[in-house]
Amino acid sequence: MPQIFHRSTNTLAKLSIFGSIFVLLFVTWAVAEINRSSWNTGAFDEREQPVQFSHKHHTGDDGIDCRYCHTSVEVSSNAGLPPTKTCMNCHSQLWSDSPYLEPVRASWKNNKPIEWTRVHDLPDYVYFNHSIHVAKGVGCSSCHGRVDEMPLVYQAASLQMEWCLACHREPERYLRPKSEVFNMDWQQENALAENKTAEQLARGRQLKVDYKVRPRAILESCSTCHR
Amino acid sequence: MSNIKHRGNVEGGEVKGETPRARRLSGRVLFTLCLLPFALYLSGCRQDMQDQPRYEAYEPSKSFSDGQASRPYVEGTVARGYRDVNTAYYTGKNATGGGAGAAQPATGGGGLTAMTSAGANTPNAQGANAGGSQTGGDVNVRGNVAGNLPGGASGQSGTPGSVNEFPFAVTAKDLDRGEERFNIYCSMCHGQTGYGDGMIVRRGFRRPPSLHDDRLRAETLGHFFDVITNGWGAMPDYSEQIPPRDRWAIIAYIRALQLSQNTPAAEVPENLRNQRKPGPGTPTTEGGHQGTGGERTP
Repeated sequence: MPQIFHRSTNTLAKLSIFGSIFVLLFVTWAVAEINRSSWNTGAFDEREQPVQFSHKHHTGDDGIDCRYCHTSVEVSSNAGLPPTKTCMNCHSQLWSDSPYLEPVRASWKNNKPIEWTRVHDLPDYVYFNHSIHVAKGVGCSSCHGRVDEMPLVYQAASLQMEWCLACHREPERYLRPKSEVFNMDWQQENALAENKTAEQLARGRQLKVDYKVRPRAILESCSTCHR
Repeated sequence: MSNIKHRGNVEGGEVKGETPRARRLSGRVLFTLCLLPFALYLSGCRQDMQDQPRYEAYEPSKSFSDGQASRPYVEGTVARGYRDVNTAYYTGKNATGGGAGAAQPATGGGGLTAMTSAGANTPNAQGANAGGSQTGGDVNVRGNVAGNLPGGASGQSGTPGSVNEFPFAVTAKDLDRGEERFNIYCSMCHGQTGYGDGMIVRRGFRRPPSLHDDRLRAETLGHFFDVITNGWGAMPDYSEQIPPRDRWAIIAYIRALQLSQNTPAAEVPENLRNQRKPGPGTPTTEGGHQGTGGERTP
């Protein structure tokens, strides 16, 4: 009986066994990349809101400070969504008959809050506190990106654990002086990316001491965020 | 399980081959049991831990008639640590009522009334009407009264019974804090220098008076506190956005601003004189304004 397989298939079989290692590695890599892609994390997805509110206009053009509306960002875990009253502080007179603002006026008249669409939603098993980050020199734009250039706000970071840990492991790459925390322009060329320049590292290390940032072992500990 | 057994028994009564049928059934059970681990695996895809059955801030709720999980304060609630033991601190008014009896509003007959109304003045009262219910209605009325005042010449404060000293010793730290808070909340209309030319005014909001005009330079500290707390004319109240301590810090900074714009060059210490930059207003030549505020209301 003649042999079914030619002798050369031996080599093929060996090669395919060897190649399967690379196939597995590739599949693992592909799954990881898909997992951290914006398709999965929802990053860069601009969310429609019930009011055509533009952060670019209010913050970028008019120069309103973040804290005018997000009043509790320095004292609470939650940055605070403004009540309709805050909108009416100005819009009782400005654009007071614009159709774009009808949902705001309806909310004010009926005493019903505006139902905004949430953009940043961390999993419930993560403890996050805005005030401690602001107090230790983590800028708004380090996590939220250039909100002052966003007509519609989108999530600028993946919000995945590896992203949190990048800063918790080496805060000196990201820290800025407290006076610059609310400055959207600070290091605008890489608001989100880590800064590896010697200047930033030297400043970051000093700020870590000045602001009493906890040591890496504590920042990296599971129970710091999962409590 | 009991159901299956029962059926097997009933059918077994008719057909003789009871044993193969039962065996087939137990085979199915076994097969189902084998699938169970996979079902468990699939259940891992659920987001139960991501979205746990608890409310986050501002989440909607079906439990309450207004559909909100965040509950507003019951009217008159006083947050722990904010009991109104210090009327001057929380209202900017004297506990005993003001001396200017004639201009006293009907509701402010005594310090007690002011005290109760300020009970709701808790900071960060998101969604709660902090003190607004009592004073909100007559803001315009009182604003008009002020409009009739002849530019502070009467020496009468726009807020009768208002105090004219800080309830705590103001430090440089307070001034820095006041500067920061002023630039966040006030500068949008009043401008960073206080001349009333902020961005919102340039967009068409009614122009506020300059903080450097004679009337406001002569005003009591408590008046500024009352205006921040309850609003004035076109200005809405900022009691929800600015807690009392910060209001006092802002007032201290307003006094510093007034001092900076109204001090003749001769009174500036010599080593600081060359740092002075001309502002948009004309500095008055009259005597320098005292830091802690104007003439006291008679």
